[in-house]
Amino acid sequence: MKQLLILSGKGGTGKTTIASAFIKLADAKAYADCDVDAPNLHLIAGWDAEPERTDYYGLSKAEIHPELCTQCGQCQQNCRFDAISIDENYKVDPFSCEGCGVCEYVCPVNAITLIPSVDGELTLYSDSGRVFSTAQLKMGSGNSGLLVTEVKKRMKSAAVNAELAIIDGSPGIGCPIIASLSGVDMVLIVAEPSISGISDMERIIKTATNFRIKTAVCVNKFDTNIEITEKIESFCNQQGLEFMGRIPFDSKAVKAVNNGQTIADIDCTSGTAVKEVYHNTMKLLLKKVGA
Amino acid sequence: MKSMPGFMDEKKINMKIAVLSGKGGTGKTLVSVNLAAAAKASTYIDCDVEEPNGHLFFKPEGVQEENVTVKIPKADDKLCNACRKCVDFCNFNALAHVKDKLIVFEEVCHSCGGCILVCPEKALTEREKVIGKVQKGTSDQVSIYTGILKIGEASGVPIIKKLLDEKNPKTNKLTIIDCPPGSACIVMESIKDVDYCILVAEPTLFGVHNLNMVYELVTLLNKPFGVVLNKCLLEEKNPAEKFCIEKNIKIIERIPFDNELGTLNSNGEIAVHKNEKYRELFSSLLNTVTKEVWHETTINP
Amino acid sequence: MKIAIPADGKNMESNVCVSFGRAPYFLIYDVETKKSIFINNSAAASTGGAGIKAAQIIVDSKANVLITPRLGENAADVIKSADIKIYKTIAGSVKDNIDAFTANKLSLLNEIHAGFHGREEN
Repeated sequence: MKQLLILSGKGGTGKTTIASAFIKLADAKAYADCDVDAPNLHLIAGWDAEPERTDYYGLSKAEIHPELCTQCGQCQQNCRFDAISIDENYKVDPFSCEGCGVCEYVCPVNAITLIPSVDGELTLYSDSGRVFSTAQLKMGSGNSGLLVTEVKKRMKSAAVNAELAIIDGSPGIGCPIIASLSGVDMVLIVAEPSISGISDMERIIKTATNFRIKTAVCVNKFDTNIEITEKIESFCNQQGLEFMGRIPFDSKAVKAVNNGQTIADIDCTSGTAVKEVYHNTMKLLLKKVGA
Repeated sequence: MKSMPGFMDEKKINMKIAVLSGKGGTGKTLVSVNLAAAAKASTYIDCDVEEPNGHLFFKPEGVQEENVTVKIPKADDKLCNACRKCVDFCNFNALAHVKDKLIVFEEVCHSCGGCILVCPEKALTEREKVIGKVQKGTSDQVSIYTGILKIGEASGVPIIKKLLDEKNPKTNKLTIIDCPPGSACIVMESIKDVDYCILVAEPTLFGVHNLNMVYELVTLLNKPFGVVLNKCLLEEKNPAEKFCIEKNIKIIERIPFDNELGTLNSNGEIAVHKNEKYRELFSSLLNTVTKEVWHETTINP
Repeated sequence: MKIAIPADGKNMESNVCVSFGRAPYFLIYDVETKKSIFINNSAAASTGGAGIKAAQIIVDSKANVLITPRLGENAADVIKSADIKIYKTIAGSVKDNIDAFTANKLSLLNEIHAGFHGREEN
């Protein structure tokens, strides 16, 4: 299975819009949304069948049993995450607790236990040979790297025969990104022509090239700032990154999304441009290394 | 109805405002930067430590840097008796013990200090490790605080704690906090002590979904909030607006889709400095928010 | 000499598991006695650092050789510190890999993958 990961660094560059168009154009049999903090792909993916839902357990959280607690305060003093406070009883703030187990260890009367907590939900859609894996992290939950790994694993095991998988990555450069990069064959970065877009793109390229993964770039809404678009293109040239093409700003794209369609479904300028970016990307993805 | 305090004099009201969005690219930085710039004097704190962009607009001067560190264990192999209590204790699997040597995986360590506590031989001590930095600078009357997470580090929470821990200069009563996108723990940390939350949303179906997530977050934390709809297209239906009306959420501003504003913003310009109409737009937003905060503090003192 | 291999199941016909840290089992095969033991990988359910913990399990099993499709940087640090030789798996069952190893047909794993779980080849 060839895996293409679509990333953006900064949010809102149109990553999901482009990923959904790619899925349509490739008639992809396997795809996943790894943006577990804010998944959106399911909104245009068009699935009627009820998905299979599974709870995702992250790190355990501490719980203090007030009937056993002698209020010695050891747990609060030793917690590095400021997760324990007292009003009437000592209690744990589940959003600050990282599940390290220090409080459980220091408690002289065994009044604290670590309890597994549901941090999110995994969702797997499948019908006649198509598979879509996605998940949603519960609000306030961190550590989404494992969840991202799980989303990809479920997609792969449900679609063993698919030749191509398209993965919508998450924004940022932290833990979820590193988890989404693992095992992919190529990264397509969707950049936006703005000062902040460039700075974010540079950070994400550094992360991807650290992993020695084939990396290419396209610019979305290129006509909102031609000058910066050109800067991005010459930056790619200098860095030896392949440039996949430009996609214009298109108010019809908003219309398509609001109707649950992709830009490849309707006749519009961004749709035409995305087709070219798609063909260039596929060519590069299938190219043998060193050929 | 009560009359407004001595009118919207920012100095009379001490307030911390957080700007959030369910995902990046909705205009969160646009709103925070321009709000801070529209006020006479203010403090702008960029908590989006993975991708801090506010400083690209303010281009602060006199920038001072300070490293942010966390504590990482180190072992004295001479004292270690290979009992492996630390390895077994670590819930993050940051330690391994091989051939009478303890290996510490810094980037996996959460700095909980548990290994130090469990070691019966006192063979473990802690050292500081840099995970990022905080920059302070000024631009006109705005104090700018930026948090930057080092590439490859997993959690920016310690940097946010450091940013918000700083005592802001007394002259600046208004603090604008540019939050990380999403609704993860790092966002909770950023809005812990704020008086008001501005949720920025795009007028699309995606926008609704993302808005709903931050909406649930601020409701859970019981923060007063209002929504700013950005990039509104007049002729287009607006699912985000519909959502707000259905949920009875206050829309405090509608920013139209505007090429000029988009271009200024993409070039890293502060719109309120460039055009009077944007100054009016963001001053009026600031007024609205100030009124909201004042209202909140009088009914929920 | 003992050989360790990440396995999807608990018998010699099982496939090699593509992930080292999150493999359900490890086969520990003793070349001299031809005995095979399958141990549970308690690291598989870890939220983080699974590779490190799994590597510790391999070290503690006293294996001299690890045969794996890939290995993350952290896990490789642990394995290498214990002077365990790392070979790359071939397609097929764990038994096929043991046979290939004893016939001297496996090559050393050269590429250690940065980050969490490394990437697939081809």
